[in-house]
Amino acid sequence: MTSSPAIRVRGVVKRYGATEVLTGIDLDAPRGEVTCLLGPSGSGKSTLLRCIAFLEETSDGLIEIDGEPLGYGPGSNGGRVRLPPASIRAVRSNIGMCFQQFNLWPHMTALGNVSEALVTVRKFSRGEAEARAMAELEKVGLAKRATHYPSELSGGQQQRVAIARALALEPKIMLFDEPTSSLDPELTGEVLNVMRRLAETGMTMVVVTHEIGFAASVGSKIVFLDHGKILVEGSPTQVFGKPRHARIDQFLDTYLDRGAAGLL
Amino acid sequence: MSFDLGLLRTYGVEILVAFGVTFLIWIAASALGMIGGFAVAVARRWGPAWVAWPLRAFVEVIRGTPFLVQIFLLYYGGPFIGLSLDAVPAGLLGLTIYGSAYYSELFRTGFDAIPKGHLEAADCVGFSRVQMIRRIIVPEMTMLVLPAMVNMTILMLKETAILSIISVPELTLEVSSIGSAHYAFVESFTILALAYWALVELCGWAGRLAESRLSRYRFAHS
Repeated sequence: MTSSPAIRVRGVVKRYGATEVLTGIDLDAPRGEVTCLLGPSGSGKSTLLRCIAFLEETSDGLIEIDGEPLGYGPGSNGGRVRLPPASIRAVRSNIGMCFQQFNLWPHMTALGNVSEALVTVRKFSRGEAEARAMAELEKVGLAKRATHYPSELSGGQQQRVAIARALALEPKIMLFDEPTSSLDPELTGEVLNVMRRLAETGMTMVVVTHEIGFAASVGSKIVFLDHGKILVEGSPTQVFGKPRHARIDQFLDTYLDRGAAGLL
Repeated sequence: MSFDLGLLRTYGVEILVAFGVTFLIWIAASALGMIGGFAVAVARRWGPAWVAWPLRAFVEVIRGTPFLVQIFLLYYGGPFIGLSLDAVPAGLLGLTIYGSAYYSELFRTGFDAIPKGHLEAADCVGFSRVQMIRRIIVPEMTMLVLPAMVNMTILMLKETAILSIISVPELTLEVSSIGSAHYAFVESFTILALAYWALVELCGWAGRLAESRLSRYRFAHS
């Protein structure tokens, strides 16, 4: 099934009560590439990512991870059927997730955060888990901070630990939900560098971000959402290059100062 | 009438035994109350509705009535429903039930105070519900509710005095009856006050020790 995209989203709808947050999304995230989800607040980009992480249940539509249906499979009469928990768990284990708020567990050290799931979920011995965790912390440049608690780390360091925590489980796909939105520019840089290096290793990534520069330079596919649907998608040049969609123009004006916009 | 602590010399052993009874009932009822309260809080939070609703009613009833009334009903009313208990088991059971209702509310607010994202992170790395409770929720909740738990445990100690009305041979019953026998009310109640205060201090000290050990986990920011 190597020809299938890493993530295939078809007709995904998400409703909260009467409000339709996603209104029928079709999306392919190519294997080994970085797909960036952009759009204004409330456009549904984070919701879409959370649906792919199965943190939110879709109201309709299908999502496939690596060719395997996530949560729901096609039903006999055109509808969809809920898949058993074991299937959901197996498919989700291919996915790593990073959050805007890092969400490290405050009662565990950096090493504890990264090794925890290896012990609890993957049943590694404590020693094996910590060796793997150390190697992951090394990759994000935080081996020296292994014994620190999250409260003793900067936001950027916390996010890098969170990335290491996800990578320790060897996911095929990494999802990032506004990973730098709660960081100042300097700390943003260190996190984006880690993500850039991860992209160079050929990791399939889907990134919800407001970092247009990162999206334009690292992203191979830009998806622009507005009001719960995909407005424009394509390569950075197709989406950001001129002539461009009027809504993108307006968005770039809002999110970038004029000088930076000129660089695109 | 002079203030004379000679009672301590005469009844030293009896008072010490009663102190021991109070201490043991307090520790046992608090520990069992925490376990019971945790079970109630977990069942109300994650259990099915047919479990959650009766438990909610249980908590409301226990919180809505004085402990004195509860222990009276349990001890004197129990036999009518086939529950004949001696004073000490009745006292222990009554205080455990009382404690579990209060502790459960405490744990419930603790659950609510854990940032949702911490649980989502656990969900994303594949934790089961039970693993999440054991590895994430309990430790995080403990550090959030520790000061309130110390407070509640101090209240539990003071409620043991109520057990004197069903003739549990604890501190208040023993010392006050010695006091009545000798018309030494001020002395006996001074001894009582000091004994309870010593235990409260012990509890406060244990709480501070636990807090200082947990303090380095303080939430970074969310």
